[in-house]
Amino acid sequence: MSLLDYFRISKVGTASVAKERLQILVAHERSSKNQPSYLPQLQKELLAVIQKYVNVGQDAISVSFEQDEEQETLELNIVLPDQK
Amino acid sequence: MARIIVVTSGKGGVGKTTTSAAIAMGLAKRGHKTAVIDFDVGLRNLDLIMGCERRVVYDFVNVINEEATLNQALIRDKNCNLLYILPASQTRDKDALSQEGVGRVLDELKKDFKYIVCDSPAGIEKGAHLAMYFADDAFVVTNPEVSSVRDSDRMLGLLASKSRRAEQNEEPINEFLLLTRYSPDRVKLGEMLSVDDVQDILSLHLLGVIPESKSVLNASNSGMPVILDEKSDAGQAYADIVARYLGEDRPHRFIDDKKGFFRKLFGG
Repeated sequence: MSLLDYFRISKVGTASVAKERLQILVAHERSSKNQPSYLPQLQKELLAVIQKYVNVGQDAISVSFEQDEEQETLELNIVLPDQK
Repeated sequence: MARIIVVTSGKGGVGKTTTSAAIAMGLAKRGHKTAVIDFDVGLRNLDLIMGCERRVVYDFVNVINEEATLNQALIRDKNCNLLYILPASQTRDKDALSQEGVGRVLDELKKDFKYIVCDSPAGIEKGAHLAMYFADDAFVVTNPEVSSVRDSDRMLGLLASKSRRAEQNEEPINEFLLLTRYSPDRVKLGEMLSVDDVQDILSLHLLGVIPESKSVLNASNSGMPVILDEKSDAGQAYADIVARYLGEDRPHRFIDDKKGFFRKLFGG
């Protein structure tokens, strides 16, 4: 650091911001990387089947995949429209 | 037993070819017969960095297609007679490399060479995939910069899932981090990710840090791998990396700001 830097308005380096952003991003990308590759297709086909019987929107179904040491869980969540 | 090293990064422009040229030369200089292969089909450049661009007659694709023998295509380095270069083809055909063909050439090289260095192209397309597919060791070249670190993490995922070793349930590829274009003074100012920051994110074994250095451009300008510039910081950093890879215990250098008192005082 040069002597002149001491007189500049103190500024926080951007490296810490970079590290924080990377940690969040990399953690997210690693978790989605372990998902089976058929997941998006599965979601699409399930939606098509459900829409044959019930009038639901595109976002009425969510599929999530979780993995821990012991087991893999495929969670399927379907929101049905209000009965009238 | 021959070992295949892939030099990879995902992101372009981080120093893969500079690193491939330097470590291949370093291994050969230390007495190991080494071949270095350019996998960047269509954008050949290793020949230029090695200073043998005018001696290219046949290339990697010619050997795969059996239009030339391996011995016809290999170029012996002018500085070291244990080092051979296999240049990439300049064809625009994306499918010029086949997994079977690359495997065959590598098998043939393994009979005669101790180390085979595969200089990967940027990206995750076929050339990059085949460069790492047969590897035993991976040198992941990373700049202390967000996009490079992210791409390196992506490459680590591919090394662990899409390589021959992964597919055949063998021991995984040994992965090493090479942090290039490092500026200790900028790290000190908090302007650049530090070695520790990058290791926190990638959790890789650090093989060495290459400082940002004028000698790298000087070396490529003159077609001499930078490791031959023994007085330069980058040249010494690569020599350390080769030594560490061969099992020597060398303390890390070029990580701390080593500027003199007066330069610190007045900047520059």
